[in-house]
Amino acid sequence: MTDIIIHCAVALLLPPLLLGVIGKTKAAFAGRVGAPYLQPYYDLIKLFQKGSVFSETTTWVFRAGPVVTLAATLFAALLVPLGRHGAPVSFSGDMILFAYLFGLSRFFTTIAALDTGSSFEGMGAAREVTFSCLAEPTLFFALITLARMSKSLTLSTILTSVTPAIWLAAGASMLLLVGALFIILLAENCRIPFDDPNTHLELTMIHEVMVLDHSGPAFGMILYGAALKLFVLGAVFVNVALPVATGNTFADWAIFIIAMLGLAVTIGVVESVMARLRLVRVPQLLVGATILSAFAMILVLR
Amino acid sequence: MNGSFRILFNGSAVPFADIPQVDPVPFLQNILDAIDRGRRVVSYFGIPGAAETTLVCVLADKTEGRLGVTRTVTREDRLPTLALLCPQLQLFEREIAEQCGLTFDDHPWFKPVRFHRPFVPGRDAWNRPADVPLKVGVMDYYQVAGDDVHEVAVGPVHAGIIEPGHFRFQCHGEEVFHLEISLGYQHRGVEAGLPGGPHPRTLQQMETVAGDTTIGHGQAYCMVLEALGGIKVPPRAEVLRGIALELERLANHTGDLGAIAGDVGYLPTASFCGRIRGDFLNMTAVLCGSRFGRGLLTPGGTIFDLTADHRDDLLKRLAAARRDLTDAVELLWSTPSVMGRLEGTGAVSREFAVKLSLVGPAARACGVKRDVRLDYPFGIFRMTHLPVATAFHGDVCARTMIRWQEAQKSMDFIEEQLQHLPAGDHRAKAAPCAGRHLAVALTEGWRGEICHVAITDDEGRFARYKIVDPSFHNWQGLAMALRGEQISDFPLCNKSFNLSYCGFDL
Repeated sequence: MTDIIIHCAVALLLPPLLLGVIGKTKAAFAGRVGAPYLQPYYDLIKLFQKGSVFSETTTWVFRAGPVVTLAATLFAALLVPLGRHGAPVSFSGDMILFAYLFGLSRFFTTIAALDTGSSFEGMGAAREVTFSCLAEPTLFFALITLARMSKSLTLSTILTSVTPAIWLAAGASMLLLVGALFIILLAENCRIPFDDPNTHLELTMIHEVMVLDHSGPAFGMILYGAALKLFVLGAVFVNVALPVATGNTFADWAIFIIAMLGLAVTIGVVESVMARLRLVRVPQLLVGATILSAFAMILVLR
Repeated sequence: MNGSFRILFNGSAVPFADIPQVDPVPFLQNILDAIDRGRRVVSYFGIPGAAETTLVCVLADKTEGRLGVTRTVTREDRLPTLALLCPQLQLFEREIAEQCGLTFDDHPWFKPVRFHRPFVPGRDAWNRPADVPLKVGVMDYYQVAGDDVHEVAVGPVHAGIIEPGHFRFQCHGEEVFHLEISLGYQHRGVEAGLPGGPHPRTLQQMETVAGDTTIGHGQAYCMVLEALGGIKVPPRAEVLRGIALELERLANHTGDLGAIAGDVGYLPTASFCGRIRGDFLNMTAVLCGSRFGRGLLTPGGTIFDLTADHRDDLLKRLAAARRDLTDAVELLWSTPSVMGRLEGTGAVSREFAVKLSLVGPAARACGVKRDVRLDYPFGIFRMTHLPVATAFHGDVCARTMIRWQEAQKSMDFIEEQLQHLPAGDHRAKAAPCAGRHLAVALTEGWRGEICHVAITDDEGRFARYKIVDPSFHNWQGLAMALRGEQISDFPLCNKSFNLSYCGFDL
């Protein structure tokens, strides 16, 4: 019971802090002080206090977009185990649901973007679906590999059964998986080198351009949903990459939170030391990630 | 150039009557022949009269380092176009059409340039009614039809803090087939306000023709007045002007290097260059109290002198800025992801650069060795020659590299000039302009060749003053750079050209 309460509290409250940590890391690399760690929270509070403007050319689809996206991501947050603790909701085969909850949220983001009829948002939607259909196989290969190792189809079991022993036994496979998962983490969350979340140039955007027409609370939901998605996929990555368990519940929670903040710093460092890829190069990197995870699976199957 | 041209040098004046006047058809033929022989049109404009239009064309001959002027008078309101044979003339002809109401038959791209009324009311090349307000950017755009082809319109309202312009992309998926650029939103009527001048405020207006090219345009204007007044500028003033011009180049090139890094999402260089640009601006402020060089120049010299203390201060600041800039820019070349993004993006071939008559760093990046400081030297550059940096590939990487190389040369130049500052006065007495003369001044602003031409009336007042900003030549280069490129690369290509909207719109 305690774990469930902590799970919900961490999953709901921590995500914006990750964005704050990324921002602070990037600022440090650029020689700036940077915005406060809690700035994303202030931004969300500000947005939720604002009114919304809806274009007259849009329909209910446009308004449903942020709601469905946030709801799907919230549910995915309940399916994923955090640290060494099982998820509040779990059943056999929930890994398929987990993957397609992201599919659902993406579908509604893109269809809301298409609903505006803007040529920018149409371009963004086209890019988003192109890249995500290349990113999806990687996630599935990774989950299948882990499922094969843990002999389970439940996400909680799959992710919590990764132990240092498995790393020792199938190190090569795990290393490939971690590489592939990190690429997917960056791609799915629109970070550099795939997308630049800070750019103001509509023509180069992928995710940001799709939400240009949203404002106020709806936009707040989108920002919060994006932070939550980073958190959920980050949790998957941390579970696989850092299989440390002390046995003490609270110590494990502390390790998990520190690991998540460390991941945010890593993302900040990656964003600081490299430039964005050309858009035509993005699929190549995503296919590379798929190949990595496919090799990981072959190594496990043998 | 043959007898149909009056030869003159950069920064000199000739009596207007000495310029050979030929009939329109030989006039056009002479221009064609000159371009065939490798001359470039640096200015081409019309002077609308009561019933006739005078056309004046200034061509530059690089091998001889001199300029040639020719003119014609036409009573017709139609002329055959040269744009089909010489693409570099297409925008000049459209401008003449818009200002003087001449129609160019068979012009492939006959559209308004800035969407303003003609200088003489009623003489409208497009017969637009006088009572309907002109809307900027409202015209027929080229369109590509077919499956999977879509049109993307960007601007004039822009997400960043830059000037307004309208861009129409004809795209096939992510690939750009064609980009059409429509400007005119910043039109202030600079040229229309100049006849009758020089007014006391004209110098200040010239400094703001393009706000980031204060010294470039300011010096061109001063050179025109000095040529018309027969003023000899003291050497000390020439050196100070040269230093200010190179500081302007340094500040803008540094800003561009940072902005290019920012556009590819590479933070360190973007942040550092943003600050170092400020260092160069502050050095300009040491010269004259204004970070953008306002109020430094005056016809006859400079308003401010440089004391020994200030000189030492500048040398110290320059050394520090050079160190910082070198560190910040070297990061670009040593980061593979940045180079992967810059190389091969937005390439313009040498052939197109010559055909479109690109100028400045954009031309030099295509391997076209073209620099007013070397080709038609003015001011201090008659004494000291700066090496011209060129590149081959004509892509974003080449344009970035050129900026860094020019910045290095400019720093060398400033350091050397500061150490050997000539003694003497920094200002000569101004003199009234000679009447019935034509004066031409070319300077190399940081964007490239700036051309000012003035024609005076009987009393020595401006009858016509023509300004050609480097952006006037280069916008078409940007459009060509986008052909066959990814639409997502447009912001980066745009930044690598970094052209002026207000300098074009005048």
